[in-house]
Amino acid sequence: MAKLASLCSSSSLIAQLYRLTTRSYHRLLVLQWNSLNGRQKGRWINTNAPLLHGEYEMQDPTSPDEIVNVTFITRDGEKKPIQGKIGDNILYLAHRYGIELEGACEASLACSTCHVVVDDENFDKLNEPDEKEDDLLDMAPLLTHTSRLGCQITLTKELEGMVLTLPKATRNFYVDGHVPQPH
Amino acid sequence: MLGRYVNNLNKRTHRFSNFSRTYKICVVGSGPGAFYTAQELLKRSGAEIDIFERLPVPFGLVRYGVAPDHPEVKNCINGFTSLMQTRRCRFYGNVNVGKDISVEQLRSAYNGVVLAYGAENNRKLGIPGEDISGCYAAREFVGWYNGIPSMAGLKPDLSCENVVIFGHGNVALDVARMLLSPVAVLEKTDISGAALETLINSKIRNVYIIGRRGPLQTAFTIKEFRELTKLPNCHGHLDKNVFTDLNSIIPDLARPRRRLTELMMKTALSEKTAELCQQTGSQHWHMKFNRSPTEVLSSPNCRRVSGIRMEINKLEKTSEAVRAVGSGKFEDLACGLVISSIGYKSIAIDENVPFDAVTGIIPNVKGRVVSKRLYCSGWVKRGPIGVIASTMKDAFETAEMISEDMKQDNLPTSSCFGFEEIAKYLDQKGVRYVTFEDWNKIDAHEKYLGRMKNKPREKLTSVVEMLNVIDTP
Repeated sequence: MAKLASLCSSSSLIAQLYRLTTRSYHRLLVLQWNSLNGRQKGRWINTNAPLLHGEYEMQDPTSPDEIVNVTFITRDGEKKPIQGKIGDNILYLAHRYGIELEGACEASLACSTCHVVVDDENFDKLNEPDEKEDDLLDMAPLLTHTSRLGCQITLTKELEGMVLTLPKATRNFYVDGHVPQPH
Repeated sequence: MLGRYVNNLNKRTHRFSNFSRTYKICVVGSGPGAFYTAQELLKRSGAEIDIFERLPVPFGLVRYGVAPDHPEVKNCINGFTSLMQTRRCRFYGNVNVGKDISVEQLRSAYNGVVLAYGAENNRKLGIPGEDISGCYAAREFVGWYNGIPSMAGLKPDLSCENVVIFGHGNVALDVARMLLSPVAVLEKTDISGAALETLINSKIRNVYIIGRRGPLQTAFTIKEFRELTKLPNCHGHLDKNVFTDLNSIIPDLARPRRRLTELMMKTALSEKTAELCQQTGSQHWHMKFNRSPTEVLSSPNCRRVSGIRMEINKLEKTSEAVRAVGSGKFEDLACGLVISSIGYKSIAIDENVPFDAVTGIIPNVKGRVVSKRLYCSGWVKRGPIGVIASTMKDAFETAEMISEDMKQDNLPTSSCFGFEEIAKYLDQKGVRYVTFEDWNKIDAHEKYLGRMKNKPREKLTSVVEMLNVIDTP
């Protein structure tokens, strides 16, 4: 278990270092360690311009250990299984595979166009949203109790099997009578 | 990344080329409602899209409405710009649809016409004294600090201590924040040079943000309210008593309303010592509820705002809504500037297009206007409410309807020459239209001017100036 945790954290660390070195912009990277589950989260401060355009997400996983499988359910209700990797940002991962998740503010936490609904089980595994993300979620059309912003989700090994639904799927996906719960 | 995106869209042309015909669609307006419709339509079909804009510069309220200190919100411009790199999307600026060219002419030149020209007017208070010098619509004020050419000459006088803003929406909070933000913050934004100059010399100390109804009926969102609470050397004041009855119902409110009300209450209850309020140079905002303006007061000798008279309201619950009813009690507040921020309003631009003057929108079903081949999107479709995310969702719906109509052959393709035909009319009338390449020149020039002043850009505030830049080799 401890070995797995250290593996997770080290490949995630490589991902973060990759981001840092490929972007030499004058931004500060703060690594917040979460020693309990070996996860860590990178966050830039002073974010008033595009941070990344998904270059990292365009890289294939270097080893099977890095792979994280996720499924998107598109606005048309179509299921799209996708192979992501540790450290991938959900917004840019979606872009890589042509999933129509907008990101109007380019992951700078100023809009809610990359709103996704996370499955219940994996929702609880995500880091708590910060105040700013919660404020933006409040503006998202069709907010549910497991809503998050795609640009704030970074893949970890624990999120294997995560299902992300793009809201607005009123036609096909909700024919089973499921109604998104307002919180 | 952008290149790949454009390639994808160009590939789509190929994918759709088994459609024996190419649809030509035009969009009137170039704000988020227009661009998101165009974007979705490019994704869903092989259509060619021409975007018409009255000004020589694109992006509508993203450029002229979003507050200068919200540069992240304007990042969507990058996506719109990449859209213009596709071969299938073109921009024609400096063309005033309704004057230079009619909607009927557009309809004959294109397979489909999307009206996305937004809301260029505003609702009025409808009270005596509204036309006195020193009384503005927030739309004018926002246009002024954002450098829109039509408001370049506004020159508001900010030498007074008290300002009253009517309305409890995000625009009201934007205006308040601009008036109360430190110059050090503003000077690093793309605020217009003239507005920055005026704000540097501003004497404003108190901004009153006044609404007809209570805290549960406000239209602003929590992000904007929180920004107000975090302004440096600025203190927020809300009447504690308004919140006393709310404690018990807060847990039952829908999440966005609950979080906002909790934050307002927290701000209302936070201690503000007299000492703190008297600090030199400190500024204050006061949020007041349950008050309707009844008259703009002016000083006896000159026609300038000297204050505002308000009637105190009681709230009455009906089955549909909570209404403000006058109590017969009045209150005066001295101020030198009144800004009404009670909503934008669309106007009809062509008499042949149906328009509902009461609701201020083009009547439509999911973006389809009664007559075939005519669509609408954005604020002129839904009314002037919502953030960019809501406009986007709504624009996608219109695009979906258009592509559905294409699939079902509801859009005839006969004799549509697109811009070729329109160019003839424009040449006849001597209208000088500009392209996206021309805008790129203006853009580069504005950024260059901005660099001199250490700002992201210095906007050109006159159309003549813009055209001159295009003509400069």
